[in-house]
Amino acid sequence: MATNGAGHITVKDLTMAFGSYVVMQDLNFHVREKSIFVIMGGSGSGKSTLLRHMLGLIEPAKGSVWYRDVNFTAADPTGRERLLRRVGVLYQAGALWSSMTLAENVGLPLGEYTSLSPREIREVAKLKLALVGLRGFEDYYPSEISGGMQKRAGLARAMALDPEILFFDEPSAGLDPISSRLLDDLIKELRDSLGTTIVVVTHELASIFAIGDDSIFLDPESKTAIAHGPPKELRAHSTDPRVRRFLTRGEEVAMERPHG
Amino acid sequence: MSLAAEPASRDGREVTVGRRDDGTLVVRLAGAWRLADGLPAIEPVERALAERPPKTVVFDARGLAAWDTSAVTFVEEVAELCEARKIRVEPGDLPHGIRDLIRLARAVPEKVGARRTRTRPPWLDRLGERALGVATAVRNAVGFLGDAALSFGRLAAGRARYRRHDLLVVLQAAGAEALPIVTLISILVGMILAFVGAVQLERFGAEIYVADLVAIAMVREMGCIMTAIIMAGRTGSGFAAELGTMKVTQEIDALRTLGIPPMDFLVMPRLLALSLMMPLLCVYSDILGIVGGGIVSAGMLDVTPVQYWNETLQALTLKSFFLGIGKSLVFGVLIALTGCFRGIHSGSSASAVGDAATSAVVTSIVLIVVADGLFAVVFNVLGI
Repeated sequence: MATNGAGHITVKDLTMAFGSYVVMQDLNFHVREKSIFVIMGGSGSGKSTLLRHMLGLIEPAKGSVWYRDVNFTAADPTGRERLLRRVGVLYQAGALWSSMTLAENVGLPLGEYTSLSPREIREVAKLKLALVGLRGFEDYYPSEISGGMQKRAGLARAMALDPEILFFDEPSAGLDPISSRLLDDLIKELRDSLGTTIVVVTHELASIFAIGDDSIFLDPESKTAIAHGPPKELRAHSTDPRVRRFLTRGEEVAMERPHG
Repeated sequence: MSLAAEPASRDGREVTVGRRDDGTLVVRLAGAWRLADGLPAIEPVERALAERPPKTVVFDARGLAAWDTSAVTFVEEVAELCEARKIRVEPGDLPHGIRDLIRLARAVPEKVGARRTRTRPPWLDRLGERALGVATAVRNAVGFLGDAALSFGRLAAGRARYRRHDLLVVLQAAGAEALPIVTLISILVGMILAFVGAVQLERFGAEIYVADLVAIAMVREMGCIMTAIIMAGRTGSGFAAELGTMKVTQEIDALRTLGIPPMDFLVMPRLLALSLMMPLLCVYSDILGIVGGGIVSAGMLDVTPVQYWNETLQALTLKSFFLGIGKSLVFGVLIALTGCFRGIHSGSSASAVGDAATSAVVTSIVLIVVADGLFAVVFNVLGI
């Protein structure tokens, strides 16, 4: 079991439930600093719900989430806000504010939390948009660009304040293979050049193997994490048929149970 | 050798511009760079480039203690300045992270024609755009009415496709759930009418005619107008917001591609529900308004409830009663059509849905008042 300070983020004894319906229970893991941590599992296994718990958008039924040695779950609203300021999130559909241009979307957190002048904010926003390949699209509204571009603009906004931790909710959903590959490269680049700790929720196998330093596998039937470790190692050495089936797209292991 | 220097900031962040003997411009970054401290001024570099344009610009980052986006942005700004002047830029000993990020930022070249030029078109253009906009809006509205008429035809023939369950849900939302607010407003309106009338009629000793005033005003005008305005505010705007959101999430497209006309499936149940419920709410409002008037009469004037009731019965005619109900039916149709029209033609952003809801209410209320005015003129001419 993880101890305090062992990782950048530590999840202890977490049980997630909606009312009396338990989604996942007894989750214990930690995310190492400057690494890419993948939360994987089939559709409906509660991956995104786990992400929302880690961000404090949903309260855990039991257990706690720690950022370094601060208990995030027990923190008061001001303490939480202070912790979340060092965190960036890319939501599934980008979640750009539709009444603002891309530059304004990226600039809003900069205007709120730094003392930059409007011109400087624009410069930084321009750079962040260039980093995600959207040079020249500063004055577009989210409704005027494609879904993949919206996602990348969402990433530019998540990176605006140079967060220590970046959360990605299904980053490659709705992207073509090449864009998805480019996004994976970008994620690795962020870890290497800025030293960002990255948590990715995904079920894209290509991405999982390309970027994952460490991972957990959520299984909806046993309602807990049944595997933990670097994805490539899990593929090579895991003996659990459920994990093997997932990581080999069901091609390698014969089905042992109808809904494995 | 140093030409210009920006004063050191809190953490000793510093930018110095110098020249080597071969004319190369050296931009030296030092100290800890934090985005929270803002960006250093680019002007010293710009001035040095303008004074004596060098062939090459090179960065010197030996003194750089810590860096983040602010350093990357600064380097990128310098690089852009040099590019505009066709000067070569060498990364020198910039940290790998900064170099990688700059490379990444430049990996995707700007798409030709993507950048917007923000010029204000001349007034004639804008006038033309505005006129074309009005023409499109009118065409949309007429098209919507035509579609609605066709769909109503299918509905009457029993061929319209909608779910009975949806109809029942809208009936409940537009009927039973509106009762509390209609109750409150109607009683108050009845009381206000009685109060205003009482002050005047008391001077002639004609207090008993308060009953006539309240009854006729409620039944002919106030009952249907007040319910219509309440329903425009709570149900019409709801229709617009719901259909607008369905448009944003492509639910309307999903219906279309399945071959189900949104007009049948979404608009007709709402139209039907509101045109059924409005007359009922109107009758309910009439009765409560008269009760409100009775309360004021009994409290303020020497009119007993029995006298008030008898006078009301004498003043009321079946004709004015049905006039009010007829008008409320028309208002119901107007509210439902306006709400659905605004929703279906909403833009596809969060603020567009808000605009659709707002304009649904404003348009409905304008239409209601205008229609009521027309009714008044027509009834007057016909002598009803």
